[in-house]
Amino acid sequence: MTSNKKLWIFLKGLIAENPVLVLVLGTCPTLAQTGSVIAALSMGIAATAVLVCSNVVISALRKIIPDTVRIPCYIVVIAGFVTVVQLLMQAYLPDLYDMMGVYLALIVVNCIILGRAEMFARKNNIIDSALDGLGMGVGFLIALLAMAVIREVLGAGTFAGIEIPFMADYKIPILTMAPGGFLVFGILIAVVNKIGPKKGEEKRKNFSCEGCPSATLCGKVSCAENTELVVNVKEEEVEDNGN
Amino acid sequence: MNKLIVSSSPHIKSKDSTSRIMLDVLIALLPITVAGAIIFGLEALLVVGICVVSSVLSEFVFNIIVKKEQTVGDFSAAVTGLILALNLPARADAWWQCIIGSVFAIIVVKCLFGGLGCNFANPAATARVFLLISFTGALGGGNAPLYSSSPELVSGATPLEVLTSGGEMPSITDMLLGLRGGAIGETCIVAILIGFIYLVVRRVIHFETPLVFIATVFVLSLIVDNSFYIATYQILSGGLIFAAVFMVTDYVSTPITRSGKMIFAVGCGLITFLIRYYGNYPEGVSFSILLMNILSPYIEKLTSKRPLGGKKA
Repeated sequence: MTSNKKLWIFLKGLIAENPVLVLVLGTCPTLAQTGSVIAALSMGIAATAVLVCSNVVISALRKIIPDTVRIPCYIVVIAGFVTVVQLLMQAYLPDLYDMMGVYLALIVVNCIILGRAEMFARKNNIIDSALDGLGMGVGFLIALLAMAVIREVLGAGTFAGIEIPFMADYKIPILTMAPGGFLVFGILIAVVNKIGPKKGEEKRKNFSCEGCPSATLCGKVSCAENTELVVNVKEEEVEDNGN
Repeated sequence: MNKLIVSSSPHIKSKDSTSRIMLDVLIALLPITVAGAIIFGLEALLVVGICVVSSVLSEFVFNIIVKKEQTVGDFSAAVTGLILALNLPARADAWWQCIIGSVFAIIVVKCLFGGLGCNFANPAATARVFLLISFTGALGGGNAPLYSSSPELVSGATPLEVLTSGGEMPSITDMLLGLRGGAIGETCIVAILIGFIYLVVRRVIHFETPLVFIATVFVLSLIVDNSFYIATYQILSGGLIFAAVFMVTDYVSTPITRSGKMIFAVGCGLITFLIRYYGNYPEGVSFSILLMNILSPYIEKLTSKRPLGGKKA
């Protein structure tokens, strides 16, 4: 049972709670780094490495970090690991480092990493956090690769820089540009939503406050209650405007 | 007893239906298609055929795949395909790009958002922008007409490009008859006007919206260039008049209210003018329609009428 649970912690990041396609986090690197397969692969690996390391350290420090200043603490931990990755890449893979540009440094503020620290690592032990980080990282990598393959093969007629004979004659360059990124992203989310877990009403009711980042501000017991509150506020506003 | 229908208001009945309106638009597009075929040759008809067939087929296949009620019969896919084709240059060697454009227009812009009536943007305009950005070389400009009073003047560049780069322009008569470079349907102004009059007489479109759009571009050009000659060329060249009649008057992606339509048309004219004069692209009509499509829900909200005794929105 426990091993199953551990397996689930890892597996849920791949599809069921895929950080990019289901939770819709980390969209900036997703859109910017999926024009080519190589960029997507290196982005995914770099982010996974940072995610696993930061999850482990934050989980280990979860009883020491004061609750009120936890976000700055997480940022410092994450920034430390990003710097390590950045320096290593600059030393050993300078070409790749140039290609990644500013997006490598932007891993610091990647929502997935901060989100997993806030939603998972600060409440769970080190092994679970490492598994969660690995699962989410691989999920991120899978999503990036799926997008990059679609965009590069259809948009540039190449795969990882190697030309594909037939596709090169019938390429659609817009897919490698920014609008193409949004198009492919939207369609992929739609497909995953169709075949994967159903989002929407049912899930929102079951959404527990434990995983909710605004639980401390909210102060309500469940989201159903919260929705009613929002509706009431809106009605009041309407009445005010009417007067 | 079955003849007794119990329903809420409105109770007015009319023969109007989607298919009748779309059929009217198809009829209005017919003279333009014929003119395009005469001016640019059989290749034009080939492009039109490819676009219409692939548009209808993609809607048909999409509805089968997602198990929706078949909507091909309302002719809207055929109209989208035809309008898109008339916005493209007559180049049959770009056949696969035409297919991609049609599939994009129908599936991504229309069907994925819920089919006719739910699309936020004009499918033909969006597909045109998609193709314009993707295939600048093949589909960016237009091509030369088969017959021209002065063939050496028209070497494939559209008058807009000539206007931007400086050079001799085709005469006003050539512009009206469509003997100039450009997309299949946008050159023959006379044929477009015939379609326009037909649509106005059949009460499919209001005549104000296209006029406001064209007038906005005319007035702005007049102010900047201070020349009736250039302002006239500005409204006669490019896809301006075609778009004014067939795309700015789209039911789905433009505001419903009368004042909203006016704001929409003025906005389109302003953006077209700005792109033509200060942008990188020689033509800005499709971009302006797409940008204003995005704004239409807000225009509609601002201009919607308050029912008697109702609260302010």
